[in-house]
Amino acid sequence: MPPLGVIILYAIIGLVSVGSAVGLLVSRNAIYSALFLVLNFLTVALLYLVLGAPFIALAQITVYAGAIMVLFLFVIMMLGAEKLTESSLRVRGLRVLAVVLGLVFAAEVALFLVVRGGIPAAPAEPALTFGDPAAVGLMLFQQYTLPFEITSVILLAAMVGAIVLTRGDLKDRLARRAALEKKA
Amino acid sequence: MDAGMIWEWIIKSIFLILFMTGGFAYVTLLERRVLARMQVRIGPNRVGKFGLLQPIADAVKLIFKEELIPAGADKLMFIVAPVITVIPALIITGVIPWGTSINLFGREIALSIANVNVGVLYIMAVTSISVYGITLAGWSSNNKYAMFGGLRSTAQMISYELALGLSLVGPILLAGSMNVMDIVQAQKTLPFALLQPAGFIVYFMATLAEINRAPFDMPEAEQELTAGYHTEYSSMKFALFFMAEYIKMIAVAMIGSTMFLGGFQGPFVDQLPWLGPVYLFGKVIVWLFVDIWIRATLPRIRYDKLMALGWKVMYPIALLNVFITGILVVLTTKR
Repeated sequence: MPPLGVIILYAIIGLVSVGSAVGLLVSRNAIYSALFLVLNFLTVALLYLVLGAPFIALAQITVYAGAIMVLFLFVIMMLGAEKLTESSLRVRGLRVLAVVLGLVFAAEVALFLVVRGGIPAAPAEPALTFGDPAAVGLMLFQQYTLPFEITSVILLAAMVGAIVLTRGDLKDRLARRAALEKKA
Repeated sequence: MDAGMIWEWIIKSIFLILFMTGGFAYVTLLERRVLARMQVRIGPNRVGKFGLLQPIADAVKLIFKEELIPAGADKLMFIVAPVITVIPALIITGVIPWGTSINLFGREIALSIANVNVGVLYIMAVTSISVYGITLAGWSSNNKYAMFGGLRSTAQMISYELALGLSLVGPILLAGSMNVMDIVQAQKTLPFALLQPAGFIVYFMATLAEINRAPFDMPEAEQELTAGYHTEYSSMKFALFFMAEYIKMIAVAMIGSTMFLGGFQGPFVDQLPWLGPVYLFGKVIVWLFVDIWIRATLPRIRYDKLMALGWKVMYPIALLNVFITGILVVLTTKR
């Protein structure tokens, strides 16, 4: 068993994490939902920290809480889509889908418990170099080179896609340029 | 871990927070005095000698102002936003070492709070979440000027964060570590500003944008947006935004001095460890003076130019700098 302090800390972080996830679902204001998600990411980062992986924890904060959620918030504010209306909740098949996915998740948890034979014992204390930035980097570029490269190619494709989509097609661009020249 | 260690940490943390808030008070005075001199005025010199008690007078004045919450504002967010803005500014310098260690009351005390192996990443993480306060303040005020100020600063801060992060990669590569202490030790003979001039300049400009200082103080461009995101704020809540801004100014000066100017390194610091904080303090003061000097010199640049500068000039330069530094480090490392 880990020491009592760690268990209490874990319980608090876990409660906040689950609470913020529930808050995200029930909140009727998109801004508050986004902020609950930020809180959730932060608590998950703290969980990583408790597990002895500071690099992953800080990467989680930087990427998810710091970059992605700021963009979410930005878009919500830009579109003025803070308030959820009744019609926006009435997507066809939403309830059915939620029930099906919930059942799948419950089945997964049950299967996990059966296969692993109950809740796993606490793993041994990881070495101090575990989750060290240098160790993570070496592992990423030696053991997992191929998945890493594939991910980067996918990201590049997404980036190029975003630029192409915002530029519009050739005719559109020519028309815009002509309009600009006319004005000048 | 003994109880003494915990007390040491608590005392050091409280000292850091007090130092940053005290620093905030006197940076406002420094800024007003220096700006006044540069504009051939005298500046505040009535309260105390050289106006040294002026910050206290300002604080008392702000405390007695009326607290306003606009009708139609989102009350909770309106109150929480200034707090969210201050906290990252206060905690970001937790990983900056002030020196090696000194002997105090028969106890070896390390002059750093957190000597962690992901120090630079911690700085980046805290910077990245410091956008929220300003964004939320703009949104919750229910005011169009505030909203535009909030949106502008969000766009500006996430754009310049990229260049900022990449400019810090140079020192990491040269020192071969993300530990801030290692980075300082690696600058014993030569500060990284000389090896990384491009990275240093990009860092300096990106931080000016990141802390919304002139010439990049778009979010609060008075002529266009009254006061930007803090238009509706008054009294202590306004003071908190002000505080966050100046504390961030000190923090980026401290981080920049540590990453590029050798931090606490200086002549005779090995023999006399207490010189470390003195050197760091001196570098920070010079940095702050340059910030103020720039504010007095340069006009504000246009918003679209600002974004173009961030994405089309600084980001590619920072990226190229990382690329070239990486190649040079690989070529010059002895195996």
